[in-house]
Amino acid sequence: MAPLVTVEDLHVDFDTPSGRVAAVRGISFTVERGECVAVVGESGSGKSVTARTLVGLAGPDARVRAARLDLAGEDVRTYRPRDWRRVRGRLAGLVLQDALVSLDPLRTVGAEIGEVLTTHGIVGRTERAGRVAHLLDLVHLPEPQRRARQYPHQLSGGLRQRALIASGIAGEPALLIADEPTTALDVTVQAQILRLLAERRAAGVSLLLISHDLAVVAQVADRVLVMRDGRIVEHGPTDRLLRAPEHPYTRQLLAAVPSATSRGRRLAGAAPGGAARAALPARPEVRADDTVLDVGGLTKRYGEHTVVHDVSFTIARGETLGLVGESGSGKSTVARIVAGLLDADAGTVTFEQTPWAAVPERTRHPLRRRLQLISQDPLSSFDPRYSVGRVVAENLDPDVGRADRRHHVVDLLRRVGLGADLLDRHPRQLSGGQRQRVAIARAIAPRPSLIICDEPVSALDVSVQAQVLDLLAELRAADGTALLFISHDLGVVHHLSDRVLVMHDGTVVEQGPVGDVFTYPRHDYTRSLLDALPTLVAAGRPQEERP
Amino acid sequence: MTVTVGPPLTDAPARIFVDQTEPVVRRRFRPRPGLLVAGAYLVLLVVAAAWPAALAPGDPLAADPLAVLSPPGAGHWFGTDHLGRDVLTRVVHGAGHSLTIGVAATAIAVTGGVLLGLLAGLTHRVADEALSRTFDALSAFPMLLLALLFIAIAGTGTGSLIVAIGIATLPHHARVVRGQTLLVRRSGFVEQAVTFGQSRSRLVLRHVLPNVVGPVPVLAVIGLGEAVLAAAGLSFLGMGPQPPSPEWGAMLSEGRNYLHVAWWISILPGLAVTATVVSLTVVGRHWQARFDGRRR
Amino acid sequence: MSPPPVRAVARRLGAGLVVLWVAATAAYLALLAAPGDTVDNIVGDGADTPQIRAEIIADWGLDRPAVVQYLDYLERLGGGDLGRSYLLQRPVTEIIGEQLAPTLTLAVAAAGLGVSLALLIAVATAGDRRPWLRRVSSGAELLLVSTPSFLIGLLLLSVLSFRFGLFPVSGDSGLRALVLPAVTLALPIAGLLTQVLRDGIDKALDEPFVLTARSRGARERTVLVRHALRHAVLPAVSLAGWVFGIVIGGTVIVEQVFGRPGLGQVTLSAVTTRDMPVVLAVVTLSAAGYVVVNTTADLAYLLVDPRLRRS
Repeated sequence: MAPLVTVEDLHVDFDTPSGRVAAVRGISFTVERGECVAVVGESGSGKSVTARTLVGLAGPDARVRAARLDLAGEDVRTYRPRDWRRVRGRLAGLVLQDALVSLDPLRTVGAEIGEVLTTHGIVGRTERAGRVAHLLDLVHLPEPQRRARQYPHQLSGGLRQRALIASGIAGEPALLIADEPTTALDVTVQAQILRLLAERRAAGVSLLLISHDLAVVAQVADRVLVMRDGRIVEHGPTDRLLRAPEHPYTRQLLAAVPSATSRGRRLAGAAPGGAARAALPARPEVRADDTVLDVGGLTKRYGEHTVVHDVSFTIARGETLGLVGESGSGKSTVARIVAGLLDADAGTVTFEQTPWAAVPERTRHPLRRRLQLISQDPLSSFDPRYSVGRVVAENLDPDVGRADRRHHVVDLLRRVGLGADLLDRHPRQLSGGQRQRVAIARAIAPRPSLIICDEPVSALDVSVQAQVLDLLAELRAADGTALLFISHDLGVVHHLSDRVLVMHDGTVVEQGPVGDVFTYPRHDYTRSLLDALPTLVAAGRPQEERP
Repeated sequence: MTVTVGPPLTDAPARIFVDQTEPVVRRRFRPRPGLLVAGAYLVLLVVAAAWPAALAPGDPLAADPLAVLSPPGAGHWFGTDHLGRDVLTRVVHGAGHSLTIGVAATAIAVTGGVLLGLLAGLTHRVADEALSRTFDALSAFPMLLLALLFIAIAGTGTGSLIVAIGIATLPHHARVVRGQTLLVRRSGFVEQAVTFGQSRSRLVLRHVLPNVVGPVPVLAVIGLGEAVLAAAGLSFLGMGPQPPSPEWGAMLSEGRNYLHVAWWISILPGLAVTATVVSLTVVGRHWQARFDGRRR
Repeated sequence: MSPPPVRAVARRLGAGLVVLWVAATAAYLALLAAPGDTVDNIVGDGADTPQIRAEIIADWGLDRPAVVQYLDYLERLGGGDLGRSYLLQRPVTEIIGEQLAPTLTLAVAAAGLGVSLALLIAVATAGDRRPWLRRVSSGAELLLVSTPSFLIGLLLLSVLSFRFGLFPVSGDSGLRALVLPAVTLALPIAGLLTQVLRDGIDKALDEPFVLTARSRGARERTVLVRHALRHAVLPAVSLAGWVFGIVIGGTVIVEQVFGRPGLGQVTLSAVTTRDMPVVLAVVTLSAAGYVVVNTTADLAYLLVDPRLRRS
């Protein structure tokens, strides 16, 4: 039988105000019936455009050319809108990331799923509610009848992603295209969604899985295509590709993933020959007797809801404390309290032997510059009127003379690997990685003793993330700065931290040296986090588990 | 008219997306005929207001009993009115009235709006609550009726018209400025600046004020269009400069009795109002788009 | 379903009441703070006899302490007593009551027409299906929003009434006399609402949930009406108060242009003769109307957007 999807020499160009831009430049692949193929690449690689082209939804500005573009044996290149509508949802379903915006927020989950059934005339009006409930049951939504009447915002992230998948499979399509289906989700939820996708595949549905994360697709895919700049640079069975990558880019991608084994090693710039990663400069000496930050019994309530409950920890000079937790665990609230931007309801914070919480801002003032903050979204932390130079200069010592300021800023930019040519550029004109470097340059300007990093790399591509993590490690070694490193990504925390604090529902469930906690977790929650973690090593494991 | 009102959306949870922030490409220059025409008209208008004789040397009040109600043609491009006055000359001389009223009223509205809006946005919560409820309540009065109320108290005339329109449009500006102030105050970069150890007054001066006041000229241009429109309306009702003064709205009002025989007396000054407001809106919107582009 | 959002509704009703109270107070203060003697101001251009002056002082309680005067005023207002026109020697409620019907008819007709036009044009021109139609439409909207309503009225009159004699020039006789005034008032509203609605639809069309809907095989019309339009209606609903203000302000001008009887004419003559009790009553009443419309719109929000129902 012919493959379900056959693509030969596919090109997709976009007409933009500044000319034609090539998004996909001549790719070929097939998806067999019952197979799971993953397309992996970083932003701008053309992976999402490829996925959308398969259902004719690349957008009105897209120009699609291909030597062959077959869906279930039909040539779709000559399809008119009406033909596409017949195929969409029925032959190929599409699931996007973040169901909060990918399901219509003004309609109930049931109405959204029912739309597929009505559009394709799959069941009559009387049977529709029953069918919707059946579909929700299929994706393991508890109480399907009640959930069908709820709106997306009333469901948790995991449940609504399940509902989105239910809408994708409602028309019983032979092919399910999932574009970053787990990207905004917590790691435990991500594992459940991946299990669900594997289950659909076991039921006979072909999967085309689009992701930026090799570790995620490794869990379910039979074959992996690695895309870069609109081309497929390497493809092959998942196992082979992960164990013996051939293309330098694939190797670079694999090397960039931070984990336990990458500790003390560089993530970026892995040698093309597959040589061992270069070593990072030695960690700063941790002086356990010299405490920079002491937090005791921190509690914060919003109304009746306690978001942080009795959190205590210390950070020694030069130490990196990782703070991990899923969304809603209270980790960012802790960061804001420690940064002196939010008042706690109870508890103490002592920074550099000085009371820091529950004191007037004037008391904090002399020490403010010793504690700096780097956030997830650097752009919003820059005054929109400021150039790169002004952004960094703002945090220079006020005593630095006017004449020396430029010189200092250039110095700082050089330390974070940026050239002086960026001085007068606007941050908007920079890439995400460059922006985060500017934010880091600004944070190290006053030579702080502690930097709070709140999800500093979670908005970045993995190779850019690798560079930024390397940079942080270098700067930490050079300046002996302590870090409070907050992340949802256990790999990143394991790579960078000395000690780790695991938060769940506002409380610290476990803390200790990172190796101990992640190797011999004592708390059930930590264990469940680690179990859910998709690792590249686990890729060879058979996918037999069922919920 | 910019109406930036929207539903207060529920807090979206922090999302983690793959980096899709492409560097911004500088847009290539594209000639915009509409913008050019609008700009040219506004220049012409300013000339007409400052030095009307340069465009129309005649006397706007000079009546010619021999050329009453003559249609637009070679001698009188815009025709003549019921007293034989040249309509084009009157339209040109009327520009000064309309622009003066519009600019002065907008100045009152914007200055007052910015000051009160900043005050509300920067003070304590209780004071803010009181001020913004007052803005809300004043916005409840239809603009035209608020202006009419003021005129009923203070009497008709140019000065009274200016103050009336200024006061009637002030609450809108105050609300916009207050909203913008709160937005900037709560923005990430102001919070970040706290960690640089900057004092509150320094924060306000260096970050809040410039980012709030920056867009105000754009607001003012678009507000000027509304003020000109309101002035024409009130003058049409006889609340502004009195005949024989060549104010556009007043001219319309005078000419409407002759509408069935001489449409040009009222329609042509009316089109001058429309062209003014369209030009101001086109220029204002373009400016706003560029401003937003620079900020976002 | 979710429990009825009692708290959310109560909060909006409360906010409406507060605005109403502040507005009534503002109108009252405007009269007291006006330069000159308050009694003189209330007399206006009417007959100024000692008898009438005494009547005014008694009615407004001007001889009593300020707080008592104010509370008394609020009490009268709350009881629906809008005072008395000393110029016309009639209760204001009567004067307004007589003229309310034609104005309300006009306002409702204009608002209905404007909103329907805006919905039709916005749906027809949103998205990128017909770029030329969209350009034409946005040009027309800009013109309509920028043109004084009396000019629109005079243009319609000179073409449709004087040239072709299709509609009566003035008066309030039957439906045909309503057409031109309603159209005059509706066009600028349609112009602005179309812009807001189309912007909203365009924005919604870029959202991921629209992509999801399309990926189900939904027709373009379904995507537009069932998904995008609902999102576009939200910002438009918040303009309801603005539309009310434009319509009420507009009736003053349009009634003048078309020689229609109504509240606008009452207002205008009251302003000209400085009949303050009538002016104050009209202004306060329109603020009350605005608050009612706006609060209704706020409540409609809860109906359209389930995300706002939790308080």
